[in-house]
Amino acid sequence: MPKLTVNDIEVDVEDGSTVLHACEAAGVEIPRFCYHDRLSIAGNCRMCLVDMERAPKPIASCAMPAGDGMVIRTDTDRVKKAREGVMEFLLINHPLDCPICDQGGECDLQDQAMGYGLDGSRFSENKRAVDNKHMGPLISTVMTRCIHCTRCVRFATEVAGVPELGAIGRGETMEITTYLEKTLASELSANVIDLCPVGALTSRPYAFTARPWELNKTESIDVMDAVGSNIRVDARGAQVMRVLPRLNEDVNEEWISDKTRYAIDGLRRQRLDRPYARGRDGKLHPISWDEALKTVAGKLGKAKAKRVAAIAGDQCDAESMFALKSLMARLGSPNLDCRQDGAKIGGARSSYLFNSTIAGIDDVDALLIIGSNPRVEAAVLNARIRRNWLATQMPVGVIGENADLTYATQWLGDEASLLDDVLSGKHKFVAKLKKAKRPMIIIGMGALVRADGASVLGKARQIAETYGVVTDKWNGFNILHSAAARVAGLDMGFLPERGGMDVAAMAAAAKAGDLDVLWSLGADEIDYADFASSFVIYQGHHGDAGAHHADIVLPGAVYTEKDGIYLNTEGRVQYANRAAFPPGEAREDWAIIRAVSGAIGKSIGMDSLAEVRDALCEAVPHFAMPDQISAAKWAKFGGRAKLSSQPITSAIENFYMTCAISRASETMAECRRAQQADAAGAVAAE
Amino acid sequence: MLKDQDRIFTNIYGWADPGLKAAKARGDWDGTAKLLKLGHDQIVERMKASGLRGRGGAGFPTGLKWSFMPKEVKDRPHYLVVNADESEPGTCKDRDIIRHEPHKLLEGCVVAGFAMRAHAAYIYIRGEFVNEARRLQAAIDEAYDAGLLGKNAAKSGWDFDIYLHRGAGAYICGEETALLESLEGKKGQPRLKPPFPAGVGLYGCPTTVNNVESIAVAPTILRRGASWFAGLGKENNTGTKLFCISGHVNKPCNVEEEMGIPLRELLEKHAGGVRGGWSNLLAVIPGGSSTPLMPIDVCNDITMDFDALRAAGTGLGTAGIIVMDKSTDIVKAIARLSYFYKHESCGQCTPCREGTGWMWRMMERLVRGEAESHEIDTLEQVTRQIEGHTICALGDAAAWPIQGLIKHFRPEIERRIAARHAVDAVAAAE
Repeated sequence: MPKLTVNDIEVDVEDGSTVLHACEAAGVEIPRFCYHDRLSIAGNCRMCLVDMERAPKPIASCAMPAGDGMVIRTDTDRVKKAREGVMEFLLINHPLDCPICDQGGECDLQDQAMGYGLDGSRFSENKRAVDNKHMGPLISTVMTRCIHCTRCVRFATEVAGVPELGAIGRGETMEITTYLEKTLASELSANVIDLCPVGALTSRPYAFTARPWELNKTESIDVMDAVGSNIRVDARGAQVMRVLPRLNEDVNEEWISDKTRYAIDGLRRQRLDRPYARGRDGKLHPISWDEALKTVAGKLGKAKAKRVAAIAGDQCDAESMFALKSLMARLGSPNLDCRQDGAKIGGARSSYLFNSTIAGIDDVDALLIIGSNPRVEAAVLNARIRRNWLATQMPVGVIGENADLTYATQWLGDEASLLDDVLSGKHKFVAKLKKAKRPMIIIGMGALVRADGASVLGKARQIAETYGVVTDKWNGFNILHSAAARVAGLDMGFLPERGGMDVAAMAAAAKAGDLDVLWSLGADEIDYADFASSFVIYQGHHGDAGAHHADIVLPGAVYTEKDGIYLNTEGRVQYANRAAFPPGEAREDWAIIRAVSGAIGKSIGMDSLAEVRDALCEAVPHFAMPDQISAAKWAKFGGRAKLSSQPITSAIENFYMTCAISRASETMAECRRAQQADAAGAVAAE
Repeated sequence: MLKDQDRIFTNIYGWADPGLKAAKARGDWDGTAKLLKLGHDQIVERMKASGLRGRGGAGFPTGLKWSFMPKEVKDRPHYLVVNADESEPGTCKDRDIIRHEPHKLLEGCVVAGFAMRAHAAYIYIRGEFVNEARRLQAAIDEAYDAGLLGKNAAKSGWDFDIYLHRGAGAYICGEETALLESLEGKKGQPRLKPPFPAGVGLYGCPTTVNNVESIAVAPTILRRGASWFAGLGKENNTGTKLFCISGHVNKPCNVEEEMGIPLRELLEKHAGGVRGGWSNLLAVIPGGSSTPLMPIDVCNDITMDFDALRAAGTGLGTAGIIVMDKSTDIVKAIARLSYFYKHESCGQCTPCREGTGWMWRMMERLVRGEAESHEIDTLEQVTRQIEGHTICALGDAAAWPIQGLIKHFRPEIERRIAARHAVDAVAAAE
C-alpha cells in the first residue's frame, strides 16, 4: 500500500495503482483523453501530466506507477502550462465544428477545453482534413475531429477481440482506420462511440436527431438477451432516442451489445397500438377495449379450464407473468409455460441459473461450453470470458457450434456422445478440467431445447460433480439463457401445474382440437400453425408472429414503456423503469390482465403495480431484493436417458434478429445485411 | 591531439580489409575468452571505471547502464540489443564502424552480452544501410565459421548468438523502445517508461540497448585497461570519440579524437578548416541535427565534450558536427530540420504529432518573412510546450534546433520579417 502526497494531501492507494489513481483518491481532478479504466494504458494524450518531486520534467500520471513516498503536485505553474500546451495542440487541428457535431454537450474535448484551454487561437496555418472512414451501419465517422487517443483501437483489439481497427501513417498524418474500409465485425462495436472522447466516432442511427440536454434519462434494464445489461434510456417525449450503457461491475461493466443499443428503432415500427379482432374475412379489424375485453371474457368464461392454456414470451416483465399466472389459477387452468422454445429446464434453481455469477467468470481457469455461442447469445458476457483468457490463456473447450468466439477454443465436436466421453474421462480435454482449480461449464439453450435436453442437463451435472465444477466453495455450473424473462418465469413457477401441459403438449392438444383458448403473452417464437383450432389471445407489442395468427390482439407495452422486474441469467433481480408511455391505446401488460380478470368476474385483485409487486414478492420473496442474487442449493437434477445422436447446436443463428423488437428494427436489418455482405466478400476473396 | 597508438578504430577509413583475418591482425578477437574470465560483474566494474558514456547521444554512463540488468537470469532470458539505426542527420560513425570494423562490434557484443548475462544479441540496422547490412552479415557468418560466435563462443565457455535485423527506414526506430517494438514486429512507436528495458524490454525480457560505438569500443577498453581510457579526454568525459564532420569544411570526414578537443582544433586539424577560413564560419551544430546550433563566438573556444557543450546550451549528441559558413541560409537550414522531424514524428503523442507540423509551417513562413514579429515568440513558446512533454525525446529533438536558432539568430528572422513587410507595403501602395 504505497503512501503518496498529492498537493500536500496524504493518500494511501492499492498496490499497482497509478499516480492518476492516487490523485483521484486525494480528490484532485486529472484531465485525460486516452486513459480509460478498462483499457490498457497508452499515455499518448499527455493531458494528465503532473509534477513529481525530483523529476526533471512532468510525468504522465496515468502511466506512472504509484510509489511509496512520492510527492506529487498538480497545482504548479509547470503543470498548468503543460495542460494548456497539450490542449492547444489538440485544438489546432480540431475543426471546432461543435455546432454541427453530435458529440456537442457531452464531449470530453469541449468540457476540458473549458477547464484547461486558452481563450484564443494562435494557429494561423491551415487545419488538417482527414477522409472519413467506413465503419459499418452503426458508426458514423468524422475523422478530422479525431485526437488520436486510440481508445477505439484498444477497445477493438482488447475487449471486442477483432483486429479490424488500427492506426496507419505516422506523425500528423496518422489516421485511425479499419484498414480495408470494413464493418467492425463485433457485436460490441458501438461501444467505441461511447469511448470516443470527441465527435470522431458518433452514432449513425442517432445522427442529428437530438441534443443530450433535450433528453429525459431513465435508468433501466435491457431485455435483448438474458445478461440484463444495465442501460440508460434517453427519451424525448414519447420517443426513445437512444440507449446507453450504465455501469454495473457485476453484470455488463460499462459495455452493451449493438443489439441492446440499436434495436430501439424497432420500438416505433410494427407497433400494436389498439386492440384488434379477427373478422369473418380472416383479417384483423380494430376494435375498442370494451369489445376486446368482452370478447376475451366471453371466450374464457365459456371454455373449460383444462382446455385453456397460457404461454409467456421471452421479454415479459415478472409482474405481467405473475398476473397471468394468477388469472390462470383463478380460472383453474394448470396449463402454463414460460419456455416457448421447449427448453427442458425447471425444478431446482441451481439447474437453471448461471450459478457462478457473471463476475465469477473472472476467476475461472478452465471452461467447457456446451451448445452455446456466447458471442451472439450474450456478447457482453463473452467479452468477460475473453478478458480472462487474455490474462490467463485458460483452456476453453466447446461442444456444439464451432464458432469464432474471439478467443482460442478447442473444438471437441458437436456430437452429444462427447458428453459421455468427457464424463467417462475418455476425452483428452478432461485433463484440463481436472487440473483446473475453478473449472466452469456453460450450457446454452441449444443443448437444452433438444428432445433429450433433460439428459444433456443430467450429463452436464454429472460432469460438473465429477470434475470439481461444483464444490463447497465454488459453483461453476452455469446455464446461459437467451431469454430475458426466462429466469423470472421459472422462479415464480410459470410452468405446468400438476396435470398441466407444457408448450409441446399444448401444441399437440390444439392439433387434436382439445385446446379452446391460448393466451400468448408476447410469445412470438412458437409455431402458431399448431394452434389453428384454438382461439388465440395475443397480448404483445409488435405485429409479429403472434399477432399474425391471433384471433384477438391486446396491445401491450415494450420494456421501455413500463416499470418491470427482470431476472437475468444469474437470477439477479433488477428493476427497470419506464422511460416513455405506450403508444395509442396500448396499456401496461399487468393492467390488461387485471382488466380481463375483472371482465370475467374472476378478479385477481391487485389494483396497482405496487399491489402486484407485493403479491409477487410474497409468493417469491427474493423478487423484493433488487440487484441481489439468492444463492441456489445444489440438487440432483436432469435426466439419465441415452443421448440422441443429433448434433448439438446453439440457439441463435442471427445475432441481430432474435425478438419482435429487433426483427422490426431497420438498423438491425442493415447490420445483418452488412454482416452477410462481409461474409460473402470474404468467401469471394478466398 | 590523439596519438596514433591510442586510436581504437584503426581501420575506420577502410584502408585495410574489414575481414576477420585482417581484423585479428589489428587486435580484434585477441584473448576474448580471457576477457570473459574476468566475470560478469568485473567487466561491468571496469566499464564503469573507464568512464565511458553512451555514444548514441544521451551520454548515459555505459557501465552503469549494464549494471541495471538483473544479477541473475530467472525465468526470462536477457538480451543485448545493438542500436545500429543510425539516422540522425549529420551522423555517420556507426556506418563506418560497420563497414570497416565490423569485428569490433561483434566482439563487443560477446563481451557486453556476457557482462549482462545475455546469450543473444540483436543488431537492429537501419533499412537504408543495405551494403552495410551485407557486410555485417558477412562478418557474422565469418565469426560463426571461426567459432567466435555460437556455442562456446571464442572458446570462452559462453554460448552467444548474434542476429541481424534490418529496419524499414524510420528515424523513430532509433529510439530504444520504439526499436524494441519494431524488433517485435509492431509499429515503431516508443513505449512508456517506466518500465525500463532493463526490467521489461524485448519480448518482455530484461534488455539493454546500446549504440554501436559504445559496444565496439568495449573490448579495447577491457584489453587496454579502464585507466588507459579514463586517462584520455577530460574528467567525466573520458576516452576517444568518433566525430563526424560535415558541411562547409574543406575536407569533411569521420575522425577519432580525444573527448574535449577544442572544436576549432578539430575542424582545422582534421577537416581542413572551415571553407573560406575560420572567420567565414556562421554556426555549428555540434551533435547531430537535434542539438541547438552555436554561433561563431561560442565556437571560438568551445571544447567537444558532453559537459562543456551542455553548459553552452547545446549538446554533444552523436558528435555529428554540421558546419555552416556565412553562405548558409540559416533559417532555411533549420526549417529543413523541422521538416525532417515533422516527417519522422511517429504520431503517437499529442505535443509531437501536432507540434512538429505547426513548427515546420511557422518556420517555412519565417524563411520568407511572411509572419508577424510576435510569432517568433509564439514559435519559441510552442517549442517549450513540446519539450519535456512527450513520451520520447523526438519532441525535444524537434524543439531544440529552433530554440537555438531563435536564441542566436533572432535579428536575422526579424530582418526578414521587416523586409517582407516593406515589400508588402510598397505593393499595397502601388
